[in-house]
Amino acid sequence: MHQTLYWEDVTVGTEIPPLVKNPSNRQLVRYAGVSGDFYEIHYDKDFAISTGLNGIIIHGALKQAFLGQLITDWIGPTGTLKKLSAQYRGMDEPGSPLICKGKVVKTYVHNHLHFVDCEIWIENSKGQQFTPGSATVLLPIKPRD
Amino acid sequence: MEVERGHIKAFAEAIEDPNPLWNDENVARQKLSTGMMAPPTFLRFIRTERLQELPEDFPYNRSLDGGSQWEYFESVKPGDRIKAVTTVTDLYKKSGKLGEMIFVLTTTTYTNQFNKLVATQTNTSIRY
Repeated sequence: MHQTLYWEDVTVGTEIPPLVKNPSNRQLVRYAGVSGDFYEIHYDKDFAISTGLNGIIIHGALKQAFLGQLITDWIGPTGTLKKLSAQYRGMDEPGSPLICKGKVVKTYVHNHLHFVDCEIWIENSKGQQFTPGSATVLLPIKPRD
Repeated sequence: MEVERGHIKAFAEAIEDPNPLWNDENVARQKLSTGMMAPPTFLRFIRTERLQELPEDFPYNRSLDGGSQWEYFESVKPGDRIKAVTTVTDLYKKSGKLGEMIFVLTTTTYTNQFNKLVATQTNTSIRY
Protein backbone atom coordinates (compact mmCIF):
# COMPACT_ATOMS: atom_id res chain seq x y z
CA MET A 1 0.00 0.00 0.00
CA HIS A 2 1.33 3.40 -0.91
CA GLN A 3 1.99 5.66 2.05
CA THR A 4 0.85 9.23 1.40
CA LEU A 5 3.73 11.52 0.49
CA TYR A 6 3.21 14.88 2.21
CA TRP A 7 4.84 18.16 1.29
CA GLU A 8 6.44 18.25 4.75
CA ASP A 9 8.13 14.89 4.02
CA VAL A 10 10.43 16.36 1.39
CA THR A 11 13.18 18.93 1.46
CA VAL A 12 15.81 20.18 -0.97
CA GLY A 13 18.08 17.23 -1.73
CA THR A 14 15.48 14.53 -0.98
CA GLU A 15 16.10 11.68 -3.43
CA ILE A 16 13.28 10.10 -5.38
CA PRO A 17 13.37 6.28 -5.12
CA PRO A 18 15.07 5.14 -8.37
CA LEU A 19 13.06 3.24 -10.99
CA VAL A 20 14.73 0.59 -13.16
CA LYS A 21 13.26 -0.05 -16.61
CA ASN A 22 14.31 -2.77 -19.05
CA PRO A 23 13.37 -1.57 -22.54
CA SER A 24 13.47 -4.33 -25.17
CA ASN A 25 12.89 -4.33 -28.95
CA ARG A 26 9.51 -5.85 -28.14
CA GLN A 27 8.62 -2.92 -25.90
CA LEU A 28 9.60 -0.43 -28.61
CA VAL A 29 7.30 -2.14 -31.11
CA ARG A 30 4.50 -2.18 -28.57
CA TYR A 31 5.06 1.48 -27.76
CA ALA A 32 5.05 2.31 -31.48
CA GLY A 33 1.65 0.65 -31.67
CA VAL A 34 -0.03 2.50 -28.81
CA SER A 35 1.62 5.87 -29.43
CA GLY A 36 1.20 5.85 -33.20
CA ASP A 37 4.88 6.66 -33.69
CA PHE A 38 5.84 4.21 -36.40
CA TYR A 39 9.09 5.90 -37.41
CA GLU A 40 11.31 2.97 -38.48
CA ILE A 41 14.40 4.08 -36.52
CA HIS A 42 12.70 2.48 -33.50
CA TYR A 43 12.35 -1.07 -34.89
CA ASP A 44 14.14 -1.47 -38.27
CA LYS A 45 17.91 -1.72 -37.76
CA ASP A 46 18.82 -1.35 -41.46
CA PHE A 47 16.65 1.72 -41.75
CA ALA A 48 18.11 3.23 -38.56
CA ILE A 49 21.65 2.72 -39.87
CA SER A 50 20.69 4.28 -43.22
CA THR A 51 19.76 7.50 -41.39
CA GLY A 52 23.18 7.74 -39.75
CA LEU A 53 22.40 6.03 -36.44
CA ASN A 54 24.30 3.02 -35.04
CA GLY A 55 21.17 0.94 -34.66
CA ILE A 56 17.60 1.18 -33.41
CA ILE A 57 17.02 3.70 -30.65
CA ILE A 58 14.46 4.10 -27.88
CA HIS A 59 11.70 6.65 -28.52
CA GLY A 60 12.41 9.85 -26.61
CA ALA A 61 8.76 9.92 -25.60
CA LEU A 62 9.07 6.41 -24.10
CA LYS A 63 11.97 7.62 -21.96
CA GLN A 64 9.78 10.54 -20.90
CA ALA A 65 7.03 8.05 -20.01
CA PHE A 66 9.56 6.25 -17.76
CA LEU A 67 10.31 9.58 -16.03
CA GLY A 68 6.57 10.12 -15.65
CA GLN A 69 6.35 6.75 -13.87
CA LEU A 70 9.30 7.68 -11.64
CA ILE A 71 7.34 10.71 -10.42
CA THR A 72 3.84 9.23 -10.21
CA ASP A 73 5.14 6.16 -8.30
CA TRP A 74 6.77 8.55 -5.83
CA ILE A 75 3.88 11.00 -5.28
CA GLY A 76 1.13 8.37 -5.28
CA PRO A 77 -2.55 9.05 -6.01
CA THR A 78 -2.74 12.06 -3.66
CA GLY A 79 0.00 14.00 -5.44
CA THR A 80 -0.56 15.83 -8.73
CA LEU A 81 1.94 16.12 -11.55
CA LYS A 82 1.89 19.70 -12.91
CA LYS A 83 4.93 19.77 -15.21
CA LEU A 84 7.15 17.14 -16.79
CA SER A 85 9.96 17.81 -19.20
CA ALA A 86 12.80 15.83 -20.74
CA GLN A 87 15.54 16.49 -23.26
CA TYR A 88 16.93 13.77 -25.50
CA ARG A 89 20.60 14.63 -25.82
CA GLY A 90 21.83 11.20 -26.83
CA MET A 91 20.60 7.87 -28.17
CA ASP A 92 19.74 5.02 -25.83
CA GLU A 93 19.45 1.54 -27.31
CA PRO A 94 17.11 -1.24 -26.14
CA GLY A 95 18.54 -4.34 -24.48
CA SER A 96 20.06 -2.95 -21.31
CA PRO A 97 18.54 -1.38 -18.21
CA LEU A 98 17.83 2.32 -17.77
CA ILE A 99 17.76 3.76 -14.27
CA CYS A 100 15.46 6.74 -13.68
CA LYS A 101 16.52 9.00 -10.84
CA GLY A 102 15.63 12.35 -9.36
CA LYS A 103 15.97 14.73 -6.45
CA VAL A 104 14.11 17.67 -4.98
CA VAL A 105 15.53 21.09 -5.90
CA LYS A 106 12.89 23.45 -4.51
CA THR A 107 9.83 23.42 -2.23
CA TYR A 108 7.45 26.38 -2.10
CA VAL A 109 3.92 27.61 -1.47
CA HIS A 110 2.04 29.52 -4.13
CA ASN A 111 -1.63 30.54 -3.84
CA HIS A 112 -1.92 28.25 -0.77
CA LEU A 113 -0.81 25.28 -2.87
CA HIS A 114 2.28 23.27 -1.91
CA PHE A 115 4.71 22.68 -4.76
CA VAL A 116 7.91 20.69 -5.20
CA ASP A 117 10.33 21.09 -8.12
CA CYS A 118 12.55 18.14 -8.99
CA GLU A 119 15.48 17.48 -11.22
CA ILE A 120 15.13 14.11 -12.96
CA TRP A 121 17.30 12.10 -15.30
CA ILE A 122 17.96 8.66 -16.79
CA GLU A 123 21.24 6.78 -16.54
CA ASN A 124 22.03 4.03 -19.04
CA SER A 125 24.11 0.94 -18.27
CA LYS A 126 27.29 2.79 -19.30
CA GLY A 127 26.54 5.49 -16.73
CA GLN A 128 25.68 8.03 -19.45
CA GLN A 129 22.96 10.58 -18.70
CA PHE A 130 21.31 11.41 -22.00
CA THR A 131 17.88 12.34 -20.70
CA PRO A 132 17.89 15.24 -18.24
CA GLY A 133 14.58 16.71 -17.24
CA SER A 134 12.50 18.34 -14.56
CA ALA A 135 9.16 17.90 -12.85
CA THR A 136 6.86 20.03 -10.72
CA VAL A 137 4.38 18.35 -8.41
CA LEU A 138 1.67 19.43 -6.02
CA LEU A 139 1.59 17.55 -2.70
CA PRO A 140 -0.94 17.45 0.14
CA ILE A 141 0.02 18.88 3.54
CA LYS A 142 -0.21 16.90 6.78
CA PRO A 143 -3.59 17.16 8.46
CA ARG A 144 -3.49 19.20 11.68
CA ASP A 145 -4.68 17.49 14.87
CA MET B 1 -10.46 12.13 -30.48
CA GLU B 2 -12.20 10.06 -27.82
CA VAL B 3 -10.10 8.59 -25.01
CA GLU B 4 -10.90 4.91 -24.59
CA ARG B 5 -10.35 2.99 -21.36
CA GLY B 6 -8.83 0.09 -23.29
CA HIS B 7 -6.36 2.38 -25.00
CA ILE B 8 -5.24 3.86 -21.66
CA LYS B 9 -4.64 0.35 -20.35
CA ALA B 10 -2.83 -0.72 -23.54
CA PHE B 11 -0.64 2.38 -23.27
CA ALA B 12 0.16 1.63 -19.60
CA GLU B 13 1.01 -1.96 -20.52
CA ALA B 14 3.28 -0.81 -23.36
CA ILE B 15 5.25 1.53 -21.09
CA GLU B 16 5.21 -1.26 -18.45
CA ASP B 17 3.72 0.96 -15.77
CA PRO B 18 1.52 -1.13 -13.44
CA ASN B 19 0.02 1.86 -11.56
CA PRO B 20 -3.66 0.95 -10.93
CA LEU B 21 -4.69 4.53 -11.76
CA TRP B 22 -4.12 3.69 -15.43
CA ASN B 23 -4.70 -0.06 -15.34
CA ASP B 24 -7.67 -0.98 -13.18
CA GLU B 25 -10.91 0.98 -12.81
CA ASN B 26 -11.95 -0.75 -9.56
CA VAL B 27 -8.65 -0.29 -7.76
CA ALA B 28 -8.31 3.26 -9.15
CA ARG B 29 -11.74 4.12 -7.73
CA GLN B 30 -10.60 3.02 -4.24
CA LYS B 31 -7.71 5.48 -4.48
CA LEU B 32 -9.37 8.40 -6.24
CA SER B 33 -13.08 9.11 -6.43
CA THR B 34 -12.67 10.06 -10.08
CA GLY B 35 -11.36 6.60 -10.99
CA MET B 36 -9.10 5.65 -13.83
CA MET B 37 -7.14 8.32 -15.67
CA ALA B 38 -4.48 8.56 -18.37
CA PRO B 39 -0.76 8.43 -17.48
CA PRO B 40 1.28 11.63 -17.98
CA THR B 41 2.46 11.18 -21.58
CA PHE B 42 -0.64 9.43 -22.93
CA LEU B 43 -1.86 12.41 -25.00
CA ARG B 44 1.24 12.06 -27.12
CA PHE B 45 -0.66 9.67 -29.40
CA ILE B 46 -3.08 12.37 -30.48
CA ARG B 47 -1.59 13.68 -33.69
CA THR B 48 -2.45 16.94 -35.30
CA GLU B 49 -2.57 17.51 -39.03
CA ARG B 50 0.64 18.17 -40.94
CA LEU B 51 1.91 21.55 -39.83
CA GLN B 52 0.65 24.27 -42.14
CA GLU B 53 3.59 26.50 -41.30
CA LEU B 54 6.16 24.16 -42.87
CA PRO B 55 6.60 24.47 -46.64
CA GLU B 56 5.35 21.62 -48.88
CA ASP B 57 8.89 20.99 -50.14
CA PHE B 58 10.55 21.04 -46.68
CA PRO B 59 13.75 19.22 -47.69
CA TYR B 60 14.57 17.47 -44.40
CA ASN B 61 12.93 14.05 -44.25
CA ARG B 62 14.75 12.58 -41.31
CA SER B 63 13.85 13.63 -37.83
CA LEU B 64 14.85 13.11 -34.24
CA ASP B 65 12.95 14.06 -31.12
CA GLY B 66 14.92 16.67 -29.17
CA GLY B 67 12.70 16.94 -26.12
CA SER B 68 9.28 17.61 -24.72
CA GLN B 69 7.80 19.78 -21.96
CA TRP B 70 4.35 19.07 -20.57
CA GLU B 71 2.20 21.26 -18.41
CA TYR B 72 -0.95 19.71 -16.93
CA PHE B 73 -4.18 21.47 -15.99
CA GLU B 74 -6.86 18.76 -15.86
CA SER B 75 -6.68 14.97 -15.67
CA VAL B 76 -7.66 12.96 -18.73
CA LYS B 77 -10.31 10.30 -18.17
CA PRO B 78 -11.94 7.57 -20.25
CA GLY B 79 -14.69 9.07 -22.41
CA ASP B 80 -13.04 12.48 -22.69
CA ARG B 81 -12.94 13.95 -26.17
CA ILE B 82 -9.61 15.68 -26.71
CA LYS B 83 -8.76 18.12 -29.43
CA ALA B 84 -5.11 18.88 -30.17
CA VAL B 85 -3.90 21.98 -32.00
CA THR B 86 -0.23 22.39 -32.87
CA THR B 87 1.54 25.55 -33.93
CA VAL B 88 5.17 26.17 -34.86
CA THR B 89 6.68 28.59 -32.35
CA ASP B 90 10.29 28.71 -33.57
CA LEU B 91 12.46 27.46 -36.40
CA TYR B 92 16.26 27.67 -36.57
CA LYS B 93 19.27 26.08 -38.22
CA LYS B 94 22.33 24.54 -36.53
CA SER B 95 25.26 22.42 -37.68
CA GLY B 96 26.06 19.23 -35.81
CA LYS B 97 27.12 15.57 -36.04
CA LEU B 98 24.42 14.85 -38.58
CA GLY B 99 25.26 17.85 -40.78
CA GLU B 100 22.89 20.74 -41.21
CA MET B 101 19.95 20.44 -38.84
CA ILE B 102 16.73 22.39 -38.60
CA PHE B 103 15.18 22.73 -35.14
CA VAL B 104 11.40 22.96 -35.22
CA LEU B 105 9.73 24.02 -31.97
CA THR B 106 6.02 23.37 -31.67
CA THR B 107 3.43 23.88 -28.98
CA THR B 108 0.39 21.66 -28.83
CA THR B 109 -2.63 22.59 -26.75
CA TYR B 110 -5.03 19.84 -25.70
CA THR B 111 -8.60 20.78 -24.82
CA ASN B 112 -11.42 18.53 -23.67
CA GLN B 113 -15.15 18.33 -24.49
CA PHE B 114 -15.90 21.05 -21.90
CA ASN B 115 -13.54 23.38 -23.77
CA LYS B 116 -11.17 23.24 -20.81
CA LEU B 117 -7.44 23.35 -21.38
CA VAL B 118 -6.15 19.93 -20.31
CA ALA B 119 -2.44 20.17 -21.11
CA THR B 120 0.15 21.82 -23.29
CA GLN B 121 3.18 20.17 -24.81
CA THR B 122 6.17 22.00 -26.25
CA ASN B 123 8.23 19.78 -28.47
CA THR B 124 11.60 20.15 -30.18
CA SER B 125 11.93 18.22 -33.44
CA ILE B 126 15.30 18.04 -35.16
CA ARG B 127 15.11 17.61 -38.94
CA TYR B 128 18.16 16.70 -40.99
